Amino acid sequence: MNEKELQIAANEIRKGIIVGVYNAKSGHPGGSLSATECLTYLYFKEMNINPADPDNGDRDRFVLSKGHAAPALYATLALRGYFPMAEMENLRHIGSMLQGHPAIDIPGVDMATGSLGQGVSAAVGMALAARIDGKAYRTYALLGDGELEEGQVWEAAMLAGNRKLDNLCLIVDNNNLQIDGTLEEVNAPYPIGEKFAAFGFHVIEIPDGNDFGQLEEAFANARMAKGRPTVIVMKTLKGKGVSYMENAVGWHGQAPKEDLYKVAMDELTKAGELLCQK
Amino acid sequence: MSEIKKIATRVSYGNALAELGEIHKDICVLDADLAASTQTAIFGKRFPDRFFDVGIQEGNMVGVAAGLATTGKTVFCSSFAMFATGRAYEIIRNSVAYPRLNVKICASHAGVSVGEDGATHQCIEDIALMRVLPNMLVIQPADDVEARQAVKAAYEHKGPVYLRLARLASPVFNSEDYKFEVGKGVMLRDGCDVTLLATGLPVTATLEAAEMLAGYGIRARVINIHTIKPLDTDIIVKAAKETGRIVTIEEHSVIGGFGSAVCEALSGIAPVPVCRIGIQDQFGVSGPALDLYKMYGLDAEGICKQVRSFMEQKF
Repeated sequence: MNEKELQIAANEIRKGIIVGVYNAKSGHPGGSLSATECLTYLYFKEMNINPADPDNGDRDRFVLSKGHAAPALYATLALRGYFPMAEMENLRHIGSMLQGHPAIDIPGVDMATGSLGQGVSAAVGMALAARIDGKAYRTYALLGDGELEEGQVWEAAMLAGNRKLDNLCLIVDNNNLQIDGTLEEVNAPYPIGEKFAAFGFHVIEIPDGNDFGQLEEAFANARMAKGRPTVIVMKTLKGKGVSYMENAVGWHGQAPKEDLYKVAMDELTKAGELLCQK
Repeated sequence: MSEIKKIATRVSYGNALAELGEIHKDICVLDADLAASTQTAIFGKRFPDRFFDVGIQEGNMVGVAAGLATTGKTVFCSSFAMFATGRAYEIIRNSVAYPRLNVKICASHAGVSVGEDGATHQCIEDIALMRVLPNMLVIQPADDVEARQAVKAAYEHKGPVYLRLARLASPVFNSEDYKFEVGKGVMLRDGCDVTLLATGLPVTATLEAAEMLAGYGIRARVINIHTIKPLDTDIIVKAAKETGRIVTIEEHSVIGGFGSAVCEALSGIAPVPVCRIGIQDQFGVSGPALDLYKMYGLDAEGICKQVRSFMEQKF
């Protein structure tokens, strides 16, 4: 898949996110949209996975530690073929497979998450299991930047560093916003890279995590790291791709009403058309 | 009479775990810097590749256990009951119980019999915390024979289990041909005036108390309830109907624990008067374990006295 195809896929995933949260009348669009390129890259390029065999023991693992970005994960899994994209319309509805936060029974979901800080521990467990079994699979976990305020993240990071888990790659979605404001206004975890370096990580910082070229380089670089885990700290734009949601703290955890839903879908449809014309 | 053998259930756990590890290569064991106390060190020494001492981080330990379990491992993780269930509570809830992962929380040093370490280390809330979780089994063995079989049963059950173990060496009263069955209470003594339902270490004191009560003309039935969840409702309801009064004995707060579980089970089917013996809405204190048992009325004399006073009450 080339860069343009990845961009087209990301745009489709963004539509899925908006359809999901609009129909759910709730959910977290901001942090889903900031992580869209990362998820697209992981599922369409980076990871060794097969939607027809989602439980294969040798597959790469992914843990959405920032579980509230579930709409982005679900839309990515849907576009990748784990289940139909039409499922997004049932997001958060009673009886729906697609729970508000990732549930273990959803095809393609490797770990239930939602309570911040917990997914990264599970990812460390998966990486340890690969080592015990002599398997070559890699484990990826996506964390929010606000999530770094949870102590459990650093417990897990300490263990990953000390155990030299070079089959583990953490990614921090650094959109700089959390529910109550900017990271600085609340309790900033900066400097993020230096902290992980002190815990024994190979640190890769990229200025634009919504750029596929930078993601490609970062993930290739991560694979080269031996004897230590990697963290990719990527600066992203919260709400990316929907004009009124971009860098707006208010869109962390609310769904657009009908008028704004139409605006978002129009914007994404136009963006998609533009990509196809290029 | 020969000296009764005393073994702490945590020691039984450590031995049984190492034995199981020999047979089952899917077993991984985690500990949080208490491997010598929880006895997981026996396993660790024998199977270093499948043993991880993560240090003093109980929350991460449980999360890592969950991750290992997603790959098909059967994971036992241990710490003191206070930290394993208290500190790591929400991680057990969201990363183990909710996704039904094959993780066994095997906590030692439960209850006041931790002794001298005092209130910060005497967990008397863990049964309440664990039994409220969907998908979680709660098992508390009363002696070495039962504990070793309980560890095996925990392995064989696919899904989360809480195994409550003790620091204190306690009398071995089950014979080697005893058969442990998850969810089945064991009648140790028959009686028709009152039923004493005990769990964990106080089972032996309860048996002694029943003997003392016989001297006062009170014929007490004694049942060992090793599985608190799922609770053996049949044996408890039958006892309520046949003896009319129930006493529960546990080394745990009387709020939310075993006694509460029994009351919940009886309330809709066979409501009879229930006396809950245990720790009464207070924290523990430092002291030798057996003295604390006496202080909280969990020794034979204390149980006997409380049952007699309960039998004198008119309802």
